[in-house]
Amino acid sequence: MTQNTSVDSVFKILTAILAASALLILIITGYTLLSGSLPVLKIFGISFFTGTQWNPVEGREVFGALPYLLGTLATSAIALLIGVPLSIGIAIFLVEMAPRAIRVPISYFIDILAAVPSVIYGLWGIFVLRYWIVDYIETPLSTYLGWIPIFSGTPYGLDVFTAGVILAIMIIPTISSVSREVISAVPNSIREGAYSIGATRWEMIRNWVLSYGRSGLFGAVILGLGRAIGETMAVTMVIGNTVGPAAIPTSLFKGSQTMSSLIANGFLEATPASLELPAYIGVGLLLLLLSLAINIIAEIMVSRVFKIKGGAIE
Amino acid sequence: MKSYAYRKFKDRLFFVLSLTCVLVALAPLASILIEVIIRGAPQLSVQFFTQPAGVIGGSAGGIGPAIQGTLILIVLTSLLGVPLGVMSGIYLAEYGNNKYGTLMRMFNNVLTEFPSIVVGLTVFIIIVLTLGHFSPIAGAIALSFIMIPVVARTTEESLKLVPNSVREASLALGVRRWRTIISVVLPSAKASLVTGTLLAVARIAGETAPLIMTVLGNQNFFQGFSQPMDALPLRIWRDALLPYPEFQAQGWGAALVLIIMVLSINISVRWISTRSGR
Repeated sequence: MTQNTSVDSVFKILTAILAASALLILIITGYTLLSGSLPVLKIFGISFFTGTQWNPVEGREVFGALPYLLGTLATSAIALLIGVPLSIGIAIFLVEMAPRAIRVPISYFIDILAAVPSVIYGLWGIFVLRYWIVDYIETPLSTYLGWIPIFSGTPYGLDVFTAGVILAIMIIPTISSVSREVISAVPNSIREGAYSIGATRWEMIRNWVLSYGRSGLFGAVILGLGRAIGETMAVTMVIGNTVGPAAIPTSLFKGSQTMSSLIANGFLEATPASLELPAYIGVGLLLLLLSLAINIIAEIMVSRVFKIKGGAIE
Repeated sequence: MKSYAYRKFKDRLFFVLSLTCVLVALAPLASILIEVIIRGAPQLSVQFFTQPAGVIGGSAGGIGPAIQGTLILIVLTSLLGVPLGVMSGIYLAEYGNNKYGTLMRMFNNVLTEFPSIVVGLTVFIIIVLTLGHFSPIAGAIALSFIMIPVVARTTEESLKLVPNSVREASLALGVRRWRTIISVVLPSAKASLVTGTLLAVARIAGETAPLIMTVLGNQNFFQGFSQPMDALPLRIWRDALLPYPEFQAQGWGAALVLIIMVLSINISVRWISTRSGR
């Protein structure tokens, strides 16, 4: 009998250890990247994060990650500006407006958008989206509004704007599905209350439902931001891949580079013994810290809304 | 107070706007599917599936090695990722109603949203640099880092759908708790465990970034566990960046094969789970 009980506790401990595998992977990743980038961090210190030059030539090495940090922030900001209103519109439509018969198929299709591999978005971006954007958005904007700095430059299609648009498409399923859950979680009594004082459906949604679900919706947006920041392949294929000060995203119609695309593009060309490899790893570390912070915030915000979810059976 | 007609108009307007949001979001999906089919379908032939990739200057060849590589990666990754993910999910569902469980659940969710290129970098440093060569094993380890949290989460959700009375019935018969979980709870959740695992496979099949720095890519069929290997997403990526139309066409063909793989898993899983009344 005692033997059986001990098998029970061994099993429990074993699963408890394996439940920590995610944490372990995060720790291994953080430690590996920190120690891998230490040579560069030691030499350049804070200027690794504030510098704009990227020169791997031996004897004249300078590495600064700032342009790629800005590239990541700029593309993610565009993605949110386009993606958030669309996603929340979709969530509102699906929960509050759509007839039951079309609700399910539409959510299917939106979910499929999340299943399409990133590299296929990239392929489509290079050969299809790029030309749409040049013809219908960038050329008119630069012809008429080219004097505004963010619209300056020759429309070429492989730039910050295209990368932002692709990211917007990719984060829509994330934001809209979490928003959908948040809006569904708003109690019906809130809706009934709004209707009973004579609100129209839209007034009910805007003044009651959206404000009740505010923090959950914010969490959904942060979750989308996390996805945009880490996304690699699609961005790498359409962002134009410039290096050094030229990568600072001063205009929407200009090639740039995000942290992840810099690594994906340059990493294999780096000479193993040089300082360039640790520099790429340092950019990876920066990406990791940013994404970790954003995802933890999102996780806390979203889980607060769904307190009922989670928790074991015991 | 605005007039009722105006408020009614505004209500209609926002209905139309919300519907537009849906249509705008679905347009790229339609375009991607149409372009991949139109540009990819003419590529499909027996040679396309069986031949190794060509070299620049010659013909583009086929994507045989890429398909083989992706299948090898799926098998190796699942061997690593499924047992670890399931065990982790068992803890979260059956014992995890405490601070430790809540914390681990959070880290698990955070890892699900982790940038895959960072995982690739880490495995490159730990495995590729240490062993001195790119390998399918390194690729599988990187992909399993992505698979484990996904499997853990679906396992947890599947096990929670098993009614408590099933556990109590087993425990009442004097069956130990671990035995109850393995022989009673897991089998009752079999269907959703299988569909969850399939969705995780669909997710890793399309991952590209971590493969760049672990399996690297190759023109030839599988050459051993210490050699670089090809994979569908890598082939698509390299083809897309080449300035030769025949390689770009091959990329579209490979994209069609990959998208059929991924979407058929997704659609069939959803179809099965709706039919079983979930």
